[in-house]
Amino acid sequence: MERDDVIEYSLDAHHSEEQGVILRKKIWKVTAILTAITVIEVTLGAFIKQSSDYWQVIKWLFIILTIFKAAYIVLSFMHLGDERKGLRYVILVPYFIFALYLIFVLLNEGTAIAETLTQHAS
Amino acid sequence: MAGHASKQIDSKTLWGGKISPFSTSYGKLMMWFFLVSDALTFSGLLIAYGFTRHDYLGSWPIGEETFHSLPLLEGNYPLIYVALMTFILIVSSVTMVLAVEAGHRMDKKSVTKWMIATIIGGAFFVGSQAWEWSHFIHGSSFGKVELADGSLAIVKGDFGDIENFTITQAGAHHQVGDVVTEDLKHQYTHAVAEGHVHNGMITLHDGSIAKIAKQPNSDMTLIVKEFGGTYAIGAEITGAEAVKMYEEAVNAGEENRIIYGANMKQNEYGPQHYGQFFFFITGFHGFHVLSGVFINFIILLGVMSGLYHKRGHYEMVEKGGLYWHFVDLVWVFVFTFFYLV
Repeated sequence: MERDDVIEYSLDAHHSEEQGVILRKKIWKVTAILTAITVIEVTLGAFIKQSSDYWQVIKWLFIILTIFKAAYIVLSFMHLGDERKGLRYVILVPYFIFALYLIFVLLNEGTAIAETLTQHAS
Repeated sequence: MAGHASKQIDSKTLWGGKISPFSTSYGKLMMWFFLVSDALTFSGLLIAYGFTRHDYLGSWPIGEETFHSLPLLEGNYPLIYVALMTFILIVSSVTMVLAVEAGHRMDKKSVTKWMIATIIGGAFFVGSQAWEWSHFIHGSSFGKVELADGSLAIVKGDFGDIENFTITQAGAHHQVGDVVTEDLKHQYTHAVAEGHVHNGMITLHDGSIAKIAKQPNSDMTLIVKEFGGTYAIGAEITGAEAVKMYEEAVNAGEENRIIYGANMKQNEYGPQHYGQFFFFITGFHGFHVLSGVFINFIILLGVMSGLYHKRGHYEMVEKGGLYWHFVDLVWVFVFTFFYLV
């Protein structure tokens, strides 16, 4: 029978030497992925200019790669992927509501202001 | 991977209310709350940057045109230095996660080793940022030029060496006929910015006037960034015409025809807001890194003294690690939105 006064407590988790080998392997794998993404970003940034026809594609590629990098850092290095589901949502949901909304509103507003200023200038 | 090897503990270890929300410790959850609020601050800053950039009418500075220098080397290396800084921070994040992993095995020696590596990585990053700030503030050899029609252009090219200044009119320090050979470029750029260069003659700080002996500039390109009447934004002026137009601005004897580097009022890279956002966002992040280095150092002392080992767990390393990874995370976004796109 499950006892009420005993809960699973993950913070001071310990693991064995064998488990450690597996975990370290995973850490180095994530390191390789993060490094590769950075190298790709810089190479593209150095060779494809903003005036290029492909710039829009590259720009979105940069943003997607950044989100990949951020996800690896948060879920793997910060161990959020191993925390309870509830905690994960408490931390991530504010961004999907607040940050995305604010990006949408302010970038549109900025563009609209620029258009208005241009019309007044001409 | 904490969740995979969780252990059961008795009710004495629970929070005051005899419950443990999300099965995390008090300290770790509070660190997460702090990071969520801190991340919202950084989101606010980066979104404000995006807003300003979208409502700006001229052409916004481009990362690979602005950041293309390496310490001790001449030449054009677009974004290489920032990439290096990013890599240093990612590596120090890796050593941190290795320290946490070693903590889970109660391996004090390894924790110490990886914590020291993390601190060194952090110090390198802060040092790199100091160099970048210094470079950003001092600026390039050419600065930003205001052309005759009022358009603003950034300048690329090879700067001809300044050989000497020959005094033609005495001032407080120099006599007629003196040849100044020290600190030439510094005096030259200051004088140009203040409009103290006129038709090949320079007025020095002590009031003396000297003739400038200088090799001609070559391979020049002027890239128009703000509309002044004649040239479209993004237009490139090259060759002899570029050299001639630049020389005309240098020798006009007018203040602020050429702006070097950056301060809180103006900068050579773009609009005033660009410099301010650069200083605030990278500065605020750099301050986080600096604090992180201190926090990690204090934790290192705890590790070395055996404090956490006696406690039976290295949770403090984990909490410091959360902060440290967060700093890396923020840099990933700053790198993309300030330097890349």
